[in-house]
Amino acid sequence: MVAVPAPGSAAATTQTARALFVRRAAWRWEEIAFWVLAAASYFIFPGHLVLITQAMITGLFVVSLDLMFGYAGIPSFGHAAFFGIGAYTAGILARDWWGDPLVGLVAGALVAGLAGAICSQIVARLHGIAMLMVTLGIGLICYEIANKWNSMTGGDDGLQGMQITPLLGRFTFDIDGKVGFIYSFIVIFILYLAARRLVNSPFGLALKGIRENVRRMPALGIGVRAQLALAFTISAALAGVAGALLAETTQYIALEVLGFDRSISVQIALVMGGMGNLIGGMIGAIAYTVLRDQLSLINPAYWDFWVGLILVVIVMTGTGGITGILRRTVDRVAARIKR
Amino acid sequence: MTADIVLETEGLNRSFGALRVTQDVSFKLPRGARFALIGPNGAGKSTFINLLTGALMPSSGRIRLHGEDITRVPSQDRVRRGLVRTFQINTLFPHLTPLEATVLAIAQRHGLCVNPFKRLSGCHAEIDEAHELLDKFTFGADGERPTHELAYGRQRLLEIVLALAAQPKVLLLDEPAAGVPQQESAEIFEALAALPDDIAVLFIEHDMDVVFRFAQRITVLVAGQILCEGTPEEIADHPQVREVYLGDGEDV
Repeated sequence: MVAVPAPGSAAATTQTARALFVRRAAWRWEEIAFWVLAAASYFIFPGHLVLITQAMITGLFVVSLDLMFGYAGIPSFGHAAFFGIGAYTAGILARDWWGDPLVGLVAGALVAGLAGAICSQIVARLHGIAMLMVTLGIGLICYEIANKWNSMTGGDDGLQGMQITPLLGRFTFDIDGKVGFIYSFIVIFILYLAARRLVNSPFGLALKGIRENVRRMPALGIGVRAQLALAFTISAALAGVAGALLAETTQYIALEVLGFDRSISVQIALVMGGMGNLIGGMIGAIAYTVLRDQLSLINPAYWDFWVGLILVVIVMTGTGGITGILRRTVDRVAARIKR
Repeated sequence: MTADIVLETEGLNRSFGALRVTQDVSFKLPRGARFALIGPNGAGKSTFINLLTGALMPSSGRIRLHGEDITRVPSQDRVRRGLVRTFQINTLFPHLTPLEATVLAIAQRHGLCVNPFKRLSGCHAEIDEAHELLDKFTFGADGERPTHELAYGRQRLLEIVLALAAQPKVLLLDEPAAGVPQQESAEIFEALAALPDDIAVLFIEHDMDVVFRFAQRITVLVAGQILCEGTPEEIADHPQVREVYLGDGEDV
């Protein structure tokens, strides 16, 4: 019968079954390498800390989308809405009331999370294209509100005059971006750990189930709506933290934090880095930032051509983005060394 | 027997426009039953299953589970009450392993699927139970390989394992051995015959040998209506059944 395991392969036992889930949750080398390199960049590129900080913040934003898109399979064309809500919350708070960076961060997360929770009540009822269109609509609505509400947001001129107080009352944000880097690094790393815990939880498994076959879920007794709403809310809150971090470290908010461009570029960065493994989001954000920088030097007018081409190639070849290519290359090299 | 009816429909109707695909179906499934639902293609068998599970809403009529009216209860809540199905066309999770998919079903039963804090690797009770269930269905090392890599017959078995992981009281099997070679099909039905006595099973199947071997009673559905219902012997001798379904020299 089909019962006999393939020759040479060990039979499954309770031990191997438990080990599968330990293996799934284990740190992979590319994750460790990324975080070591990110920390080391503080010493290697002291002149580029501001840019690196911004790339890492984008990384957190991409990771927040990965929870939705990479894990639950729910795309979004309006994720910048939550990034922008987090940024404006921290910005307005620091301009008008309270400039403590940690307070701004928590406020950004809460307001963006609340907005996400409200939107999730609409989005979780929909499927496929309808869902995508609603996220697009939410993004456009938020952009125009910020654009029109001049007295509050500064409209098209951007939000200025933030008074960010020293971190923990001691570390003043400096022009070289040292404090900004360390602050962002620690916050993003902690949230990365939290996101890791989430995707390796029963809830995370349910998200993968939604991605793999949403039609089967009700037949397992899972209504899906609760999972989608929770994922959307958490994702929005994380995006909000990323926005708040950007506002606090640059002490200025441009209206484009809410722009359609940002929603699209975060999608592109995720596909480039590799979906559904978290670290791909961080790597994709760095790669996208560097690539855009380099390509716009070569030809500022047509750099989107190359971004588009890379995107098409990655999707068509099914390589799993940069993380996929890295992993396969290393596996191949390792196999050759073993031989 | 009426006292022990777990699933019951009363005057169930469903129309798609002018087309009445289910007509006045009243049906009873007692505890621990092994009943078959047969009928020619397009008789409305799958529609009937979809009405029972809540994938479709009836135009009129009632469905009762353990005596409670569940006609308007959503699919997932029917599953939680013990009404579970499998699908005629594999409806699985291609990139998850059978082990993960089974753990997912069990974690749901234990109310864990909205818990983002608990470590999955620490869910030993769920993992062990999933492993035991897969082991009973002789998955061996296949339980830990991605589902899409598995042989088709294995995937059919996984359909049943996932349903059992939800701890059904009523199990609806929509052609559980569809597309499986006869040898393996027999294995699937042996496994079903060995299910605990307190699970009531209703299965759709085209292979009459299998139906007559495993079903205690058979319901014949033709053009959305129950044509007749009875023991395999009664059905085999039923003149109308022979005519519309078994007839034309088909080997029964």
